[in-house]
Amino acid sequence: MNRNYTIRDIVGGIAKKEFLPEEIFQHYLTRIGLKNEKLNAYLSTFDFQSSAFKSQTPLADVPCAIKDNILIEGTVVTAGSKILENYVSAYDATVIQKLRKSGVQFLGKTNMDEFAMGSSTENSAFGPTKNPHDHSRVPGGSSGGSATAVAADLCVFALGSDTGGSIRQPASFCGVVGLKPTYGRVSRHGLIAMSSSLDQIGSLTKNVYDAALVLNSIVGKDKFDSTTVDMPEYDFTENLNRPIKGLRVGVPKEYFSKGVSTEVRDRVEEGISKLKQMDCHVIDISMPHSEYAIAVYYIVMSSEISSNLARYDGIRYGYSSKNSENLFDVYSRSRAGGFGPEPKRRVMLGTYSLSSGYYDAYYLKAEKVKALIRKDFDDAFKNVDVIVGPTAPTTAFKIGDKSADPLSMYLSDIYTVPVNLAGLPGISIPCGRGDNSNMPVGFQIIGKPFDEETILRAAHQLEQVLNPKS
Amino acid sequence: MDIKTVNKISALARIAISPEEEVKIKNELSSILDYIGQLNKVNTEEVEPFYQTTGIVNSTRPDKYREDFKIDGDLNKKLIDQAPDRQDNFIKVKSILSR
Repeated sequence: MNRNYTIRDIVGGIAKKEFLPEEIFQHYLTRIGLKNEKLNAYLSTFDFQSSAFKSQTPLADVPCAIKDNILIEGTVVTAGSKILENYVSAYDATVIQKLRKSGVQFLGKTNMDEFAMGSSTENSAFGPTKNPHDHSRVPGGSSGGSATAVAADLCVFALGSDTGGSIRQPASFCGVVGLKPTYGRVSRHGLIAMSSSLDQIGSLTKNVYDAALVLNSIVGKDKFDSTTVDMPEYDFTENLNRPIKGLRVGVPKEYFSKGVSTEVRDRVEEGISKLKQMDCHVIDISMPHSEYAIAVYYIVMSSEISSNLARYDGIRYGYSSKNSENLFDVYSRSRAGGFGPEPKRRVMLGTYSLSSGYYDAYYLKAEKVKALIRKDFDDAFKNVDVIVGPTAPTTAFKIGDKSADPLSMYLSDIYTVPVNLAGLPGISIPCGRGDNSNMPVGFQIIGKPFDEETILRAAHQLEQVLNPKS
Repeated sequence: MDIKTVNKISALARIAISPEEEVKIKNELSSILDYIGQLNKVNTEEVEPFYQTTGIVNSTRPDKYREDFKIDGDLNKKLIDQAPDRQDNFIKVKSILSR
């Protein structure tokens, strides 16, 4: 048992009796035991769960990792924060219930930037996670633990969450596949909320086929999340191999501006050439409001955060400061003591944006520019089927490089953020390594609303050409 | 952004900040707000805010008893057990009204 297993490998291996479910689970636990101290991908691990029934579902007995902002009943969920260090989940998130029905085995919870705020996992209250390709570099964030776990084969697949790129950017930095579904595809019930109009749960996998398999298991309208949309049932693996000849691929000129490093540009341009060789129509397009995406994001997201994090008040759960004289101090000191610097920063930014006298200038203005960003995509999609470009402007940076300047960290989300603002599906696939850093480069494919089928198809076929072994 | 505003936000957000943090936060927020100021360059006259990307406006359900919202004594205990300060089935808080 020493290959880098995909979902099909596990299911096939168990069917052919090459290993028992307990054995393959233990194999992964052993690997985690050996490597996690160095990588710090996992915050907690679990035991094998024997099930009474043996299902023939596509994910039966597949060991997976779950980002530590998704609730699994009876287990600690921290959101990467001291304020929830000992909080025990009172119920299963909807995606967890669905994965249970699919028969998966949960290996454990993965490390993340505190409350999903960050692009490097350096903001975790429990130490940074290391990029498995180079331990002096970040794995990206906020789903850095999940991306590292998949890249280092410490699980077969992982769930993450993506609000401004938190699945796609770490996937790009770690050389794995990261899928953020369309907003409304996957229930957020049981996901610790960050920015409710942007958050989506998605997957980190070793290949695109696995992303399609996981997506099948986690989608669906949910009574407990009224932002989920009722979509017809569909098998996302069904059409992966339908040829992409004739697919119209948009390349926004704004995505290749001076911000992108040369080594990233080179690999991404090669990816685009491969699409041309597969008889896709590559079309130059423009997304004129791209430059405002980060500004819009930081207003909208921090405003929603200030609202969503109000619940951490030291009253019903979580860290509570002792020796307070009055209620105000209980709130104020619990939050000061339990939150790290980044949540404090963003809650304060959001509070300011929403405060009396500033709401129109900031939040309302940002929501209007957001409409223009979405319109750029709608206009582009009249002439193209998918939009491509780099997932991130650089490869993984060194730990500590960007932590002094919050704004420079924020700017690393420049290509991922517009996708969340517009509510579209996006996938990042590995496309080689940078010539300078020798670190993985990510190629992003963005689709029309609810058109995961097309981005998965394009991603799968491009992947076959770029990484034939997958 | 001045220190007075930082303190006002700190009170609104219910997050106590130390004098050292005050200056740091003032500088960080100032620089972020400077960056965000570029949104003023965008003409948004006649543009409707885009709050909800799915087009869903209102989500309602029929007014009848729902099985899945049944009160489960077990769930109650799991939730209340997490409270830092409690007594029986009550969560204790400092007094809200003062004399």
